[in-house]
Amino acid sequence: MAGIRKYWIALIFTGLGVVAFAQHDKHPQPQQSSEQHEAPANAENSHDADHSTEAPHVGCGHPIVEKEGEFNAGETAVHHIADANAIHVVGDFYIPLPCFLYAPAQGWTITTTSAFHPHHHGNGAVAKDGYVLVHGSIQRAQDPSFPKGEVPVSEPTHEERTVNGKKKDIYFVMAEGKCYELDKKTTFDGGLMGGGVTSYYDYSITRNVFTMLLTCLLLFFVFRRAANAATRTHGFAPKGLQNFIEPFYTFIRDDVAKPSIGPKYEKYMPYLMSAFFFILGLNLIGQIPFFPGSANVTGNISVTIVLALLTFILMMASTKKYFWEHTLWMPGVPAALKILILTPVEILGLFLKPFTLLLRLFANITAGHIVIMCFVGLIFIFGKAGTSVGGSVAGAAAAIPLSLFMMTLELLVAFLQAFIFTMLSATYIGMALEEPHGDHH
Amino acid sequence: MIFLADFSVIKPEPGLLIWTTIIFGLFWYLMSKFAFKPIGNALKQRELDIQTSLDEAKRAREEMSHLIAQNEILLAQAREERSAILKEAKEAKEEIIADAKERAAAEYKRKVESAIQDIENQKQAALVALKNQSGQMAVEIAEKLLRRELANKPEQEAYAKSLAESINLN
Repeated sequence: MAGIRKYWIALIFTGLGVVAFAQHDKHPQPQQSSEQHEAPANAENSHDADHSTEAPHVGCGHPIVEKEGEFNAGETAVHHIADANAIHVVGDFYIPLPCFLYAPAQGWTITTTSAFHPHHHGNGAVAKDGYVLVHGSIQRAQDPSFPKGEVPVSEPTHEERTVNGKKKDIYFVMAEGKCYELDKKTTFDGGLMGGGVTSYYDYSITRNVFTMLLTCLLLFFVFRRAANAATRTHGFAPKGLQNFIEPFYTFIRDDVAKPSIGPKYEKYMPYLMSAFFFILGLNLIGQIPFFPGSANVTGNISVTIVLALLTFILMMASTKKYFWEHTLWMPGVPAALKILILTPVEILGLFLKPFTLLLRLFANITAGHIVIMCFVGLIFIFGKAGTSVGGSVAGAAAAIPLSLFMMTLELLVAFLQAFIFTMLSATYIGMALEEPHGDHH
Repeated sequence: MIFLADFSVIKPEPGLLIWTTIIFGLFWYLMSKFAFKPIGNALKQRELDIQTSLDEAKRAREEMSHLIAQNEILLAQAREERSAILKEAKEAKEEIIADAKERAAAEYKRKVESAIQDIENQKQAALVALKNQSGQMAVEIAEKLLRRELANKPEQEAYAKSLAESINLN
């Protein structure tokens, strides 16, 4: 009994997560099912045809409709971990967020998500200046003939298309009786991951940005109190919040910074502490399955790129002659070996270090989110997307302990990844700072 | 399979990149200025305080033990001194007594000697006086005898006898 009582918080979280999930993936409305019957004939034709030569309005994609009793756990999980332009709270209720959109063809569009009238599945009922809300994310109609201002649009439809050997998921909407293809926002993956530079840039305060701001404010508030207490109670024994925060500081200082960086550790303490708590805070907030949590911030590569880049810059700024000597021209090794193998490998390693740093954090957190989503998804798979109550109960019986286990594990991972990132950052900085000592390799 | 296409978290987005840089940059700056520096300084100060207190306590303890040892030494010294003083005093006493005795003996001797001298002197003076007086008396007696002889013989003899007696009495 006592053992179970300890995990009641985790149990409640799991339960609430299931509820939030269930609301989000509410069943398609009946009127959509009727649309479904009309579409196939059109869609099948367009499938066989060559899409690249076809005008976008000819085949207007397939309606995004889940068939009765069908549930795609993978798709749902991927959708949940993605960033969004609105925060889904419950049912059809979305918290609007500021949108700063820039399209080179038409300039800036500054608005909020509420301008798109988000409703079922995070799709907007209204388009504004060519921008349409699809599954909580803003997309843009590239066609300049798209009606200006605010116009009502249909539910988005989609189809798969192969562009440059990559499968792409293209969305379409109907506005004023015409079908328009939508562009996704610009991404800097150079087309490697199916993205690339498109007709517009999204600089909005997204769900991830909002969560980041919230987490930073929360952390700042907590730390400010601890810092005040630390300075005010000088000469007295520490107590309360101060006692909770200070061990973290001494841990990072004595077990991370000092052994890895050496005597110059003090200069790097603010960065290591900031990185540790930024990552830890976002990891933990992401674990909360309902508003204001659940955002997969540290599991987004954009965030980890910035953090790893900062570590890389700090590392490069700290480098000494000794470091470059050992990276570019390792003493005591034959020149041919150096030119052919060692130096290229060392230079590659220089860039691989931050790369593994960003990839490790991103992959761990994203994987954790996906696994939990998939376990919760068991309920819908067994329950045939809500049609079978018995199946749902069986699914829940399997999903709750599994999710509970994963969430506990993710709690560990949240701390572990924050620690590893900080530890490796400190190690890299320590490598750059290394001074020659007696032994030569 | 739409998995890869929709897997947007692996695509770096300009918006999120910029916002993360701004937010983390601000977070880093503000936290280091208003939280980590004060906490770090307070911790360092506290560690220093604790170390100082410990050192001080250690030093005080050492000083205390040092003082105790010193006290011991002082006590031993005092004790030694006391016994030395006592010994000295005893010696002095004995010396004084011996001295006094000696001196007393000398004085006594001197006194006795001077007394003997005095007595001798007195005796000589007395003898001188006696001789003088007896001479005078003899002259007087002879005078008186001479005067009486002219009158009465028996009376003369008696008288001479009485004179002789009076001299004896003297």
